[in-house]
Amino acid sequence: MAEYRNPLEHMNVVITGHVDHGKSTVIGRLMADTGSLPDGKLEQVKASCARNSKPFEYAFLLDALKDEQSQGITIDSARVFFKTPKRHYIIIDAPGHIEFLKNMVTGAARAEAAFLCIDADEGVQENSRRHGYLLSMLGIKQMCVLVNKMDLVNYDRKVYNSVVRKYTRFLKSIDMHGVEFIPVSGMEGDNIAALSDRMPWWTGHTVLTLIDTFRKEEAPDALPFRMPVQDVYKFTAMGDSRRIVAGTVSTGTLKDGDEVVFYPSGKKSRVASIEQFSGDPPDTVTSGRATGFTLSEQIYTKRGDLVARAGDPPPQTGNVMRVNLFWLGREPFVKDREYILKTGTERVRMQLFDTLKVIDASNLNSDGMKKMVERHDVADCVLSTKRSIAFDLVEDFPQTSRFVIVDGFEIAGGGIIREVIRDNQAAYRDRVMDRNLKWDTGIIPRESRTESYGHSPGLVLVGGPEDRRKAAFAKEIEKALFQEGHKVYYLGVQNVVAGLDADMTVKRHQVYPEDREEMIRRLAELANILLDAGIILVATVSELNFDEQETFRMSVAPQMVRTVWVGRTEGSDVDADYTIENIEDAPEHLDVVVKILKKKGIAV
Amino acid sequence: MDQITQLESLGIHIFREAYANFRNLCMLWSIGKDSTVLLWLARKAFYGHVPFPLVHIDTSYKIPEMIEYRDRLTREWKLPMVYGQNRTALDAKQTYPDGNVDRIACCRLLKAEALKNTLNGSWPRFRFNHDADEYQVDRDTEAYTGVIVGVRSDEEGSRSKERYFSPRDTENAWDVGDQPPEFWNQFKTDFAPGTHVRIHPLLDWTETNIWEYIEREKIPTVSLYYDQGEGKRYRSLGCGPCTLPVESDAKNARDIIVELQSGKFSNIAERSGRAQDKEDGGGLETLRREGYM
Repeated sequence: MAEYRNPLEHMNVVITGHVDHGKSTVIGRLMADTGSLPDGKLEQVKASCARNSKPFEYAFLLDALKDEQSQGITIDSARVFFKTPKRHYIIIDAPGHIEFLKNMVTGAARAEAAFLCIDADEGVQENSRRHGYLLSMLGIKQMCVLVNKMDLVNYDRKVYNSVVRKYTRFLKSIDMHGVEFIPVSGMEGDNIAALSDRMPWWTGHTVLTLIDTFRKEEAPDALPFRMPVQDVYKFTAMGDSRRIVAGTVSTGTLKDGDEVVFYPSGKKSRVASIEQFSGDPPDTVTSGRATGFTLSEQIYTKRGDLVARAGDPPPQTGNVMRVNLFWLGREPFVKDREYILKTGTERVRMQLFDTLKVIDASNLNSDGMKKMVERHDVADCVLSTKRSIAFDLVEDFPQTSRFVIVDGFEIAGGGIIREVIRDNQAAYRDRVMDRNLKWDTGIIPRESRTESYGHSPGLVLVGGPEDRRKAAFAKEIEKALFQEGHKVYYLGVQNVVAGLDADMTVKRHQVYPEDREEMIRRLAELANILLDAGIILVATVSELNFDEQETFRMSVAPQMVRTVWVGRTEGSDVDADYTIENIEDAPEHLDVVVKILKKKGIAV
Repeated sequence: MDQITQLESLGIHIFREAYANFRNLCMLWSIGKDSTVLLWLARKAFYGHVPFPLVHIDTSYKIPEMIEYRDRLTREWKLPMVYGQNRTALDAKQTYPDGNVDRIACCRLLKAEALKNTLNGSWPRFRFNHDADEYQVDRDTEAYTGVIVGVRSDEEGSRSKERYFSPRDTENAWDVGDQPPEFWNQFKTDFAPGTHVRIHPLLDWTETNIWEYIEREKIPTVSLYYDQGEGKRYRSLGCGPCTLPVESDAKNARDIIVELQSGKFSNIAERSGRAQDKEDGGGLETLRREGYM
């Protein structure tokens, strides 16, 4: 029986370019001239052409191989297998037609290197530029431009040089460097698998020799550790008491015992053990691995968080960011419409805040006045998310700087984060992160309190216009939960104002506006301490606004805060879980409010 | 990281994305080598647990070893096993082995139709009750909106155009020309009501990769894949009357890998032992557009 051979290295290479610039012909020729076709395929396709009295083209070979039954244009990226003594290649043939740009992106994103075809006769066209731009945004660093159809320009060196000059200028403008060029003719087979006699002036690479010079991308194991939390598994019902934080490592390396920090909250813990289903669990995992680990100290973490190692450069956090993006959606990307942003495993509501520059990717003409991003445009813009998220900047770690935008049910755009813009919450966010990093926990973990008390801690904010009946209602909530056995505590603002806030200027039981922000911060910090003690805190805050609500959420964790609004809602920007417009009716709503608190995980 | 580990990691990542995003999730287990690798990946992704039902479409003509193997693993691994069947067609003898319809119509009735109605919950589902040690009618009749399937892009032409997360409309139809973009491991997980998604964690695997992984992980597979001394084995499994073995003396996963590398089958399609493919013009595209896996 034959011997087993160790598998060769694998690499995905995409071939792109403007429609009709000869991608399929180049691949067909490469396959034919290197004997990579299945037996009899070439003869079969030639015979079929003869029967239908149409001239044979190498592009037909590719169509025959990939079973593409369209009208001669590539609709979707198709894969062709190709082998050199060095590697197995999957050549991804990306569609050049503008209509199928989203398929080109899908194909190209899987590649480690790219060929881009430019017709020597037609020169640089809109998709030559657009594809170049997209390849750079997708993070593909190795690229070779094939100046094709040299036979149509009499193998003229000057024509070749002029294409090279023009396209190099373009590449420079998008910061893409180290790109190779080769003059070829797919139709005639020049410089594809062998150097051509018809271009004696060319002594560089052929397509075949160049492809092996693409380097395998080095795994980003040496970078700081990043892992988006995909889920926290606890299959208690199946008799498994482990609580496993699961995810795929984006960059870096993680070891048993490492101290880890979860962003955006900044809460820290330590890796107890890296878990694996079968075989000996590894004590180290590196980038690209789907993994999971248990923590030695239980903290609240959830899908969407970004894990880093304590001591490594931390990721950015924020809710306003400057990005570069490309738009694929049928409807343009506009302000005043809500979208979903997905980065890593995070998913958050977002809006377009401002367009700084919209670039028509086909000619790179920028339109500073354009206020929307249309299909196939590329733009430099500012996004704002509904709450703070964690990410990296593209110049630091591209893997964790990437995002997509969902419009309705569709992924309509993608991009990279370039800069984080300090918002008015930024200073407090930093403070909370710093506090969490320094937090000293007793021996009793939070989970044990939850178990012992029979419920999770939580903060119930009762907001609304100034009215005493609001406090009365909050006290009713406290009473109802207490009677059901919850550890619950009502906190009226005046208790804090008279004591904790004694240094503030107070008028009629209210602090002055300039001190209000600090008062809210202290209340949020107090709430955090009480929640850490395992308690459900019911607090009233008159004239609560969205920014203040954000302060509370940031201080304790968004999912632990529920807001009930009592009173008229005009002018309020609060994101309430339940609203009682008519304050006189409040007592009748008590049961519903308690039910909602239970449903949303506060109280049982 | 070696290629198999890379494929494994992406597969697990896809499983976890599916689990986080879809409430009514299920996985199709055909008992064949691909979907058994898929089952293994699920157990790796969820640390030995399978937190969603495994669905098998039982045509009643499967080779008997397949069903024995299915129920053995179900018991051993405590799997949430569910099967569905086209009882009406079977009772009316509307099948190819009964001589009443051709192969394609038989596949359509016993597989595509049964699959559609089992997934959307309009026909009864039979769930294995581990306490009673038998299959019982499942009370859960809600439609599955996410279906994890073990197709590979190298199997045949139409499968190379699939996405990892591939939408199907209410009629199970697949619009090959207009598929969602998919990049940076961000998948389409938002769906209009009434539509559902097929999820393909094995899309990038080849037949050889499957066997390399079975060997590496020591995954138990049905004995039909190996020569039992008669110089024959099955390369692809299906219904008894329409599936033929190939000439081979491969007795284990390693022998199969060497056999695949030797080029013995390099010009013979993996599913060449499956008679229905030939009657569908070779591409399976007609059946697949209608929901066939």
